[in-house]
Amino acid sequence: MSITTQPPGWFRAPEGAERVWIGVAFLWCMVMTVAMPYWHFYGKQNATGDSYRVTPIEFRDRVDRFIETYKIGEDKGVPLVAPPPGGDAYLQAQMWKWTPVLQLKKGQTYRLHISSMDLQHGFSLQPVNMNFQVLPGYDHILTLTPTSSGEFSIVCNEFCGIGHHLMTGRILVTE
Amino acid sequence: MATTVPGTMPIPSRPTRNHPPGEVRTCDTTGLTVCTTADKFVRYHAVSAVVFLAVGGVGAILLALTRWPAVHLLSAEWYYRVLTLHGLNMLIFWILNFEIALLYFLPTALLGTRLYSKALAWVGLALMTVGALLVDYVILVGDADVLMTSYVPLLAHPLFYLGVIVFAVGALVGVGNFFGTLYIAKRDHTYEGSMPLVVFGATAAAIIAVVTLLHGAVTLIPTFLWSIGLMDAPDPGWYRITWWGLGHMSQQVNVCAMVGVWYFLGTLTTGAKPLSESVCRGAFVLYILFINVASAHHILVDPGVGASWKIWNTSYAMYLAVLASMIHGFTVPASVEVAMRKKGYNQGLFGWLINAPWGNPGFSGFFFSLVIFGFGGGITGVVLGTQQINIMAHNTLRIPGHFHVTVVGGTTLAFMAVTYYVVPLVFRKEFYARTLCKIQPWLFAIGITMVGIGMSFAGSYGVPRRTWDAEHAGAAFPVGIDPGAHVMLGLMGIGALIAFTALLLYVGLVVAAVFFGRSNEGTKMQAWHIERDLKESVKREFEHEAGDHHVPGTVVLVGVFLASFVVYYFANWKWLADVWWVR
Repeated sequence: MSITTQPPGWFRAPEGAERVWIGVAFLWCMVMTVAMPYWHFYGKQNATGDSYRVTPIEFRDRVDRFIETYKIGEDKGVPLVAPPPGGDAYLQAQMWKWTPVLQLKKGQTYRLHISSMDLQHGFSLQPVNMNFQVLPGYDHILTLTPTSSGEFSIVCNEFCGIGHHLMTGRILVTE
Repeated sequence: MATTVPGTMPIPSRPTRNHPPGEVRTCDTTGLTVCTTADKFVRYHAVSAVVFLAVGGVGAILLALTRWPAVHLLSAEWYYRVLTLHGLNMLIFWILNFEIALLYFLPTALLGTRLYSKALAWVGLALMTVGALLVDYVILVGDADVLMTSYVPLLAHPLFYLGVIVFAVGALVGVGNFFGTLYIAKRDHTYEGSMPLVVFGATAAAIIAVVTLLHGAVTLIPTFLWSIGLMDAPDPGWYRITWWGLGHMSQQVNVCAMVGVWYFLGTLTTGAKPLSESVCRGAFVLYILFINVASAHHILVDPGVGASWKIWNTSYAMYLAVLASMIHGFTVPASVEVAMRKKGYNQGLFGWLINAPWGNPGFSGFFFSLVIFGFGGGITGVVLGTQQINIMAHNTLRIPGHFHVTVVGGTTLAFMAVTYYVVPLVFRKEFYARTLCKIQPWLFAIGITMVGIGMSFAGSYGVPRRTWDAEHAGAAFPVGIDPGAHVMLGLMGIGALIAFTALLLYVGLVVAAVFFGRSNEGTKMQAWHIERDLKESVKREFEHEAGDHHVPGTVVLVGVFLASFVVYYFANWKWLADVWWVR
């Protein structure tokens, strides 16, 4: 009984079906344990947490310089910027907008720096459905390679105040 | 009378008693020696728990009807306010009050000891009540729209943090009183041998609770000092790691307590006995050792911590805590199967399960809790907590989809089920409307399963959690949601209506029984189900042919479980392989 005290000598090694199940479950746990390091080395999608300390003011300066250098137009009043393939790109999160709109090339790799000017935000790329946390004080670097082209949305998916649902942005990917 | 009370236990011989005169009684149903002081505090904490459950439940339905785009009930301001209220009342105030009730009830009733300290019990109760009321007040007047996690640099009124701290200290005092009770039981030799498995599980829960509440203190005390201007703002990355030491680990307290309740109800409703005490206890030890690193599950796509840290911690150190849950997931149904087969329900693979006492809310609630937690919560939890797969899940509705089937479909349903025994045994009151009692766990299980499925799959379409308007109406760059996600949010909404109905039913039935129910003092509690007569020949045949480990039905069940697990796990890797490359 699970509700009565056990006299001394209750210890027994598992046997029968229970023993087999423990073995099977343990094996499955080992499969899952190996899967993550395997994907880290051989998979193409990893959240490595690559980041540096940065103050909001420093980061804003970098974003401004980035926009000035690579701006090619505007989209709904937000600067449209085409960073050089293989180079650095910047994305600034603040209540309640993403700046700038990025135009990337499919199959090219970019070092995308994301940081927040104020509260915590969530970088959610839709409809691809990739999600990363954005914190003030951290320059979060995603080494990103778009594998599909078209128009993609950025949604904020970390609560950042009353206008949270208004915080959307754009990434355009050309062939 | 033809009725028997299932699980009536033999009166164990106990060498000594340590109760003060006038604070002890013998249970009319079980024959156990009961500490009436402990009983009193069990009642207070249980009533308090149900009150907070009702508050959180009203919040739940308002939120579900807002997230269901067809209804979209609340304003943005009130959505976030109620979301804050719902999280704290459900995950903290309801659950922890119920757990303190269990921590007072289990050792005093099963070890035959008195409660360690009446004064500490008063202090714990007072702090928990004051803290919870303070938090609810600050939220409702609109000074803490920061959600449950209160991620810095979001800032709430100082009394919000203070309320949570006061509540946590109260809970810690209650847990201390539990350890004190274990100590005096041992010192006074109120029991012989090793403590019962259920008390062992409660002890595991209490140990994890201490670690959890210390994380809460480490996180919230500096945050409180910041809110009154005595310290700089805590680092947001640091805050997330330590806060989740509170936030996730407290859910492991719930898991432990819930598994303890499964064993408890398995025994009370079917006479189940663990196949192997050493295996069950070993699994609880694995929880204590390895479950505490799960705070990492919330940091998987964060900046500031590296891949090796994330991978090691997210695996709970090689998934040994998952192993523990998989062990319980086998031993709990297996022990029920053995008990039912011994009674003669020995037909085919599932005769034992079909003939189980499904009309007994203690059984149906416990078994649904087991199934929903295992198939729903366990599988989704491991998959979402896989470091790379989390890229597709972080902060989407998949996350609340997961924890609504663990902490609601699992823990809350198990606690509801055990209430159908706590009220007659501790409050010594009988339920009214017993047919409704029998339906209640079924209704709740159906509703919450729909909520879990709706949220999980809406989240798979990328719908964010914690957003007032997933359709982002009025935003600069319009973002629609997939029609499939609309269907799933509708499923969530309808499920929430069903679950909320069942929750109201539960609260109503408990209140009616506790305050207006017929007293059963001096008699046995009214049985929830009647054991049917069995043919002795069938019984003998079973005992002759197989020992305690003949559990073919459970083997099939866990086989189906493992197959579902493997399929969902690798399907998610496949989906991940299709998204953009990122490092």
